[in-house]
Amino acid sequence: MAETRMAETEAPKTRPGTKRIIDREEAARARRRRIESIGRWTLPLVVLVLMIVLWDRICVWNDIPKYILPRPGLVAETLWNDAPILFKALLITLRTTILALLVAVIGGVGLAVLFTQSKLFEMSFYPYAVVLQVTPIVAIAPLIFIYISSKIVGMLLCAWIVAFFPVLSNTTLGLNSADHNLRDLFNIYGATRWQRLRYLQLPSALPYFLGGLRIAGGLALIGAVVAEYVAGTGGVGSGLAFTILESSYRLNIPRVFAALILIAATGVVIFMALSLLSHLLLRKWHESALKRES
Amino acid sequence: MSLEGTDVAATDAVTKGGATNEDGTSEGAPLLTLSDVSKVFNGDLVALNGMSLQVRAGDFVSLLGPSGCGKSTALRLIAGLSHPTSGKIDWTGGQGAGDLGVVFQEPTLMPWATVAQNVWLPWRLRGKSYASVKDKVLEALALVGLEKFAGSYPRELSGGMKMRVSIARSLVTNPRLILMDEPFAALDEITRHKLNNDLLALRAKIGCTIIFVTHSVFESVFLSNRIVVMAARPGRVIHEVAVDAPYPRDEEFRTSSAYAAHCRAASDALHDAIGD
Repeated sequence: MAETRMAETEAPKTRPGTKRIIDREEAARARRRRIESIGRWTLPLVVLVLMIVLWDRICVWNDIPKYILPRPGLVAETLWNDAPILFKALLITLRTTILALLVAVIGGVGLAVLFTQSKLFEMSFYPYAVVLQVTPIVAIAPLIFIYISSKIVGMLLCAWIVAFFPVLSNTTLGLNSADHNLRDLFNIYGATRWQRLRYLQLPSALPYFLGGLRIAGGLALIGAVVAEYVAGTGGVGSGLAFTILESSYRLNIPRVFAALILIAATGVVIFMALSLLSHLLLRKWHESALKRES
Repeated sequence: MSLEGTDVAATDAVTKGGATNEDGTSEGAPLLTLSDVSKVFNGDLVALNGMSLQVRAGDFVSLLGPSGCGKSTALRLIAGLSHPTSGKIDWTGGQGAGDLGVVFQEPTLMPWATVAQNVWLPWRLRGKSYASVKDKVLEALALVGLEKFAGSYPRELSGGMKMRVSIARSLVTNPRLILMDEPFAALDEITRHKLNNDLLALRAKIGCTIIFVTHSVFESVFLSNRIVVMAARPGRVIHEVAVDAPYPRDEEFRTSSAYAAHCRAASDALHDAIGD
């Protein structure tokens, strides 16, 4: 009642029957927004095409042999012709990456939960998690392959070491970031430790965890690639990184480029998949997933 | 959006174990007794010094005072979130689970849960499935006029509506006592007046006992039948002002001479507390 009365006394925003008024400023803003939304997709594509053309021209103008820098057309051809070899290798690298990511999630979240349940446990072990993180994996990897006979387990361990830390540190932060008043409320209602963890801390940590997961996805791939380089073997462990290594020994540079493109594409796909997962899980309630007006 | 029952006569009020009289004085059975309660932090910071207070069933007690006078400390002690350094807090008949409802200054809702799931929380923590308490949840939401928003997420609601959800959550277990820590301080004046009216209507309907922390003289006079005025450094009770105006109180009460006189009395007491 009060609201309608108030609205009547104010000047109406739009008079019925008249045209909507869009002033110059607003028209300019709308134009800018349109250009931006188109540019977001087209500009990177234009840059990509230009770079490929430039690459091609450089090869032709300088008469560069294909075992030094192949023309982009040849790389595409190799990608097509060598597809059976390359995709088999891709699957192997992908398997290591995904398994490592899974173990990183289980290990990272599990450890984070233990950390928040016991301050003493956290004080004892957190520093070593940091040490493990800051020591370059390339430096640790040779040792791992000396002590662990199974190449697959060794590679998994390498990828896990680099991938688990962002999950651990983000999830720990998230579990500790639950709203203080809500914690009080849970105490007042006599919540058990388990209830507090399940209904308050884990949901609070979800956005943080997903942020860590996105970083971990990329790192797991890096870990898998590094592990393949260090393991340096054919047979069971011949993934994309090993393909690059082997092809470069044989001066099969077009295949090196083809494998490289596949690795980069894999990284992008992993990132996009995890971003999508994050969006789907958070879109209903979290600030990061909300569209803002204006 | 408005709550029904604004004009429910005070005589209709059903209170548990006591009632507020038409003239606003209470004669309910003692519900909660604070005897000489003190709280000291860090060895020398006296947050609360020798507070004694008896809350009777059906009371609407406001704790009024400047910042640092220990009103929030008193509330935390009553809620059991911390323990007094000395003195005793006694619940008549002991305190059972669900005897207490709390409303904070912020709505303090879980953003990942729907309105209904938020209101379900106190029951959920006591092991009740949603199906078994669904009626109670919807009833509490109906009391604050939000039954249509049961499936909404908190971010879809306005500040005032979130506060109503918070109030519904505090009511859902049918508690003997509800603690409110400046619940409307962050809201705009229009919304606050409306929620003040709605809170009184709600109280007339379900007859709950409320301890309400505020630093607004006007709010405390409009809402309560007893105003406990507190002073800072050290936090202590210095006056108690009885507001003997009858319930129900509506917008007209805000412009009445009785209201002005009570505000004057509470304001004078507060000036004593501030020390000027």
